[in-house]
Amino acid sequence: MKFEDLNDKLFAILALFATIFGVFVLAVLISYTFYEALFWLDWQFLTSPPSRFPERAGIYPSLVGSIMAIALVGIFAVPLGVGAAIYLEEYSKKNCIARFIEINISNLAAVPSIVYGLLGLGLFVSTLHLKPGIVLVGSLTLTLLVLPIIIVASQEALRAVPKSLRENSFALGATKWQTIRSVVLPSALPGITTGVILALSRAIGETAPLIMIGAATTIFTPPKSIFSTYSPMPMQIFMWTDMPKEEFLHGLAPAGVITLLAVMLSMNALAVYLRNRYERKLKG
Amino acid sequence: MKDTKETFIRAILFFAAFLTVGITFGIILTLVEDTLRFFSEIYPLEFFFGKTWSPTIKPYSFGVLPLVAGTLMVTLGAAMIAIPSGLLAAIYLSEYADERVRSILKPLLEILAGIPTVVYGFFAFVYITPFLRRFFPEISAYNALSASIVVGIMIIPIVASISEDALRAVPRSLREAGYALGARKVRVIWSIVVPSALSGIIASFTLGISRAVGETMAVTIAAGRTPRLVNILNPEDWLKSIETMTAAMVEIGLSDVSGESIAYESLFAIGFTLFLITIALNAVSHVIKMRFREVYK
Repeated sequence: MKFEDLNDKLFAILALFATIFGVFVLAVLISYTFYEALFWLDWQFLTSPPSRFPERAGIYPSLVGSIMAIALVGIFAVPLGVGAAIYLEEYSKKNCIARFIEINISNLAAVPSIVYGLLGLGLFVSTLHLKPGIVLVGSLTLTLLVLPIIIVASQEALRAVPKSLRENSFALGATKWQTIRSVVLPSALPGITTGVILALSRAIGETAPLIMIGAATTIFTPPKSIFSTYSPMPMQIFMWTDMPKEEFLHGLAPAGVITLLAVMLSMNALAVYLRNRYERKLKG
Repeated sequence: MKDTKETFIRAILFFAAFLTVGITFGIILTLVEDTLRFFSEIYPLEFFFGKTWSPTIKPYSFGVLPLVAGTLMVTLGAAMIAIPSGLLAAIYLSEYADERVRSILKPLLEILAGIPTVVYGFFAFVYITPFLRRFFPEISAYNALSASIVVGIMIIPIVASISEDALRAVPRSLREAGYALGARKVRVIWSIVVPSALSGIIASFTLGISRAVGETMAVTIAAGRTPRLVNILNPEDWLKSIETMTAAMVEIGLSDVSGESIAYESLFAIGFTLFLITIALNAVSHVIKMRFREVYK
């Protein structure tokens, strides 16, 4: 074997190592977290409010608050995001307004999430005089944050629908909207669903913008309505990492992290399941 | 009748699309309004060149330099991890991995970007810092090093996926020309493929860096909340607690400041600075991609 061959092999191994480096570190960290969470993650943890006594503390109010807020984000963001995507893909002529909107969307995706928090604070709290830290304000702020993600994902799904399907529908005398509603949207649905759920699972992990709009650091009862103050799950985890006691750092915080990751994982599993189901339906 | 309905629907959909432009204007208006109010009380020179940051404890001082230094430090550290790792990952995925391996590795890499940043902060503070203490016994509980490591890991997928797109866009014929001249694969990659894809690769670095600048929770939890004018070249400063621009915003956000105080307004001044930096980085990345793109047909 010549030196150059060895060089080639070594580089390939180095590149493979670089590819799996981050994933490997993450896997080790998650396993360790899971191990520490095992002792704490039980029914009592999932159904109790936070407490300064670690053995009595739980994540229930945050869990309920986060799920409520995310459901609301879905209600706000899906019609707006999919609507915007339909306009950009199906209606707009590729003129300068459309180009401007598209550049703007790609810029919005690069704005740090904490800046969306300032927008939420300025718009919903200072200008519209909503109460800071309530579920509604949190959801509206997160809606603005995930809107660009949902639009881009939906655009891709719409673009993947073959032109011939649309033309068949037009040929049968359907109007533009009828075509979109009964031909284009159903075919794009698997892609849109996946994009929406990925965006929502991003929203459920967001903390910084919610600190800006004044989400509560700790709350003892789950929010009763969308006008109640709430403390999202990541916020509760943040508070636990800020506690000096070992039981919080190595017990409750890991349990909170695993709960959050489990909720995100189930959302992603749901996305995969729905996509497979719709895809089978379309083919069958 | 039918026409009215069609026009109406079209109008609603246009409204949804145009709302995104409204968001941008909303962000700019909100930031500019309170930033101007802030600058009516604090001289811009004092803000941009002041060396002490103390928004809530007397004597008040609003010099942003310590925060900028903190942000620079974490961003540099993160770039030192994400750039080599992300570029090598992109090379592996585009030049070595077959379709099957690629279809496994790519989603795995994407997971890194999907983990909430608060979780990365927890990892850094609770596990990585104690691990680093074995090598640097003098490391403090909050430090820039552990924050840089996790921020670096979370931006690997951004660098990797955009670089990979650029590498895959390099036509096969260029590679084959290299092989025909007798070059080995490593040589072809570094002398032909990477230089041809350079604009896309640099754009990926810029986007990764812009993400690191705006990263909030991981740096707040792991790097601490001590505004200090750090010296990036001094290794000891990496082991100490610092404060980034974003962490300073979290600190003010958590403290009970009223809507009328200067501390509250300073939130928007930092936010606006942050917004301008990320938009500028985004624009730079866009220009590099457009201007230096080699068009292959």
